[in-house]
Amino acid sequence: MLSVGAIIAPGFFASPAVALAAAVGAVVAVVAGAVGVFTVIRGQAFAAEGLADAGSAGGASAYLAGLPTLGGFALAGVVAAAAMELIGARRARSRELATGIVLGAGFGLSALFLYLGTTQRGTGAATVTILFGSIFALRSGDLPAVLGLGALAGTGLLVLYRPLLLASASPELAAARGLRVGRLGLAYLLALVIAVALAALSVGTILSTALMVGPAATALKLSARPGRAIALAGAIGVAAVWLGLVLAYDSYAWPPLHHGWPASFFIVALILGAYLAASAWAARGERA
Amino acid sequence: MSVLELQAATVRLGGRTVLDGVSFRLEPGEVAGLIGANGAGKTTLFRAILGQQALSSGQVQRRGRVGYVPQKFLLDADLPLRGRDLVGLGLDGHRIGVPLRRRERRERVQTALAAVGAEDFADTRVGRLSGGQQQRILIAHALIAEPALLLADEPLANLDLSAAKQTVALLSTLAAAHGVGVLISAHELNQLLPALDRVVYLAEGRAVSGSTEEVIREDVLSALYGHHVDVLEVNGRTIVVAGEGEAILS
Repeated sequence: MLSVGAIIAPGFFASPAVALAAAVGAVVAVVAGAVGVFTVIRGQAFAAEGLADAGSAGGASAYLAGLPTLGGFALAGVVAAAAMELIGARRARSRELATGIVLGAGFGLSALFLYLGTTQRGTGAATVTILFGSIFALRSGDLPAVLGLGALAGTGLLVLYRPLLLASASPELAAARGLRVGRLGLAYLLALVIAVALAALSVGTILSTALMVGPAATALKLSARPGRAIALAGAIGVAAVWLGLVLAYDSYAWPPLHHGWPASFFIVALILGAYLAASAWAARGERA
Repeated sequence: MSVLELQAATVRLGGRTVLDGVSFRLEPGEVAGLIGANGAGKTTLFRAILGQQALSSGQVQRRGRVGYVPQKFLLDADLPLRGRDLVGLGLDGHRIGVPLRRRERRERVQTALAAVGAEDFADTRVGRLSGGQQQRILIAHALIAEPALLLADEPLANLDLSAAKQTVALLSTLAAAHGVGVLISAHELNQLLPALDRVVYLAEGRAVSGSTEEVIREDVLSALYGHHVDVLEVNGRTIVVAGEGEAILS
């Protein structure tokens, strides 16, 4: 049997950077899992991607100005969400188009800001941090903002849980019950902005969609109940983030560079593995 | 007292008169068929009854809650929602907060599931149920809120013959047992006929209402359409031939 000591490298628990990464990662995974279940039910993974790409521009410009990147992600997300609403009107097809336009604009601005950041500072650090995350390099000053935003999104979801679930499963049934489907969608979009911003802070904007959608899609394979699926998505996300941190810490001893592999890679790889395993398990259950 | 009364309900959309002075009423426990070809205004009429479509003139009076059973219900197979959960949302889906595990709520859901004969598949994801099974869950979803009026939008459209027969029998039983007025829209009258207390026949935005014998007649329907309409008897079935490409079987 493999001992715990063989997996968890010496000094792992003593490192303040690890403790901060584990705390922020857990909050982010829980929020991303809960919001992500609704994202998957609503079929809005593309919107999550669009918000993340717009967030790249916000994060990069904040980095350029020496401000916290989380604020940049969140602000750009709100602007992008508003733009999607304005362009997208009501129909599903124009929503997709609106997301595509916002996504393109986000990438364009990101290219500019990341280029300026790289030339100004003389390193590509900004590009790597914004796009791929650097969870071990979080600042302890980020923690209150992470907790505050996480609590905001979490409370919103708890309060709107039932109406949002009904409206996400069937807008028609929700409208027949007198629910304001459009406003519920807007409230959900704000929760999505927060979740995407938090996910971008931990694993970068490019991989944030994986953290948003992966654990949720996995949970949907494993549970037929909405409440359980949300709890499972959070648990899978936390497990992937924590295990990813352990492996990233271990990887400092690995070839080729002995310089450590990015935590984002491990987290996303673990999520993908969990999804594939859950899919295989669900498919086997259906055949039986 | 009627659960639903329309008085000269008129809806104009973009210069076109979709509903033109539609009047009829529905009593508690009555089953009515809203019959009309596609485009006759059935959907607009439902939207007006649900309060989702404002009238240009006239009145819609409803008493009590309105339950709605939608027509197309295409759900993803992975949707994490059991039939039981969807019925529960029919009870309190408009409330804020998460549902509490109260025994009373569980029992009401169970009673609604039993009323539609859906206990056997209540724990399966709704996206994986057959059309007929989904229909039953949707009826329970509407019924659990104790509506005075139940609107079923083309409930037979996607069902095979035996499932359609069972749905008609179920709606008819529920109307009698719960005293709920049931309005069923359809573009084909044939399968509904045994259950109907009343027919509301819709053509080009206008309506006539009454018993089947009063409404499905050449003179009445010709006056409604504004041109000659044939009502034919073929092998014990009635066929309304109203013009090119528009036939309603009864």
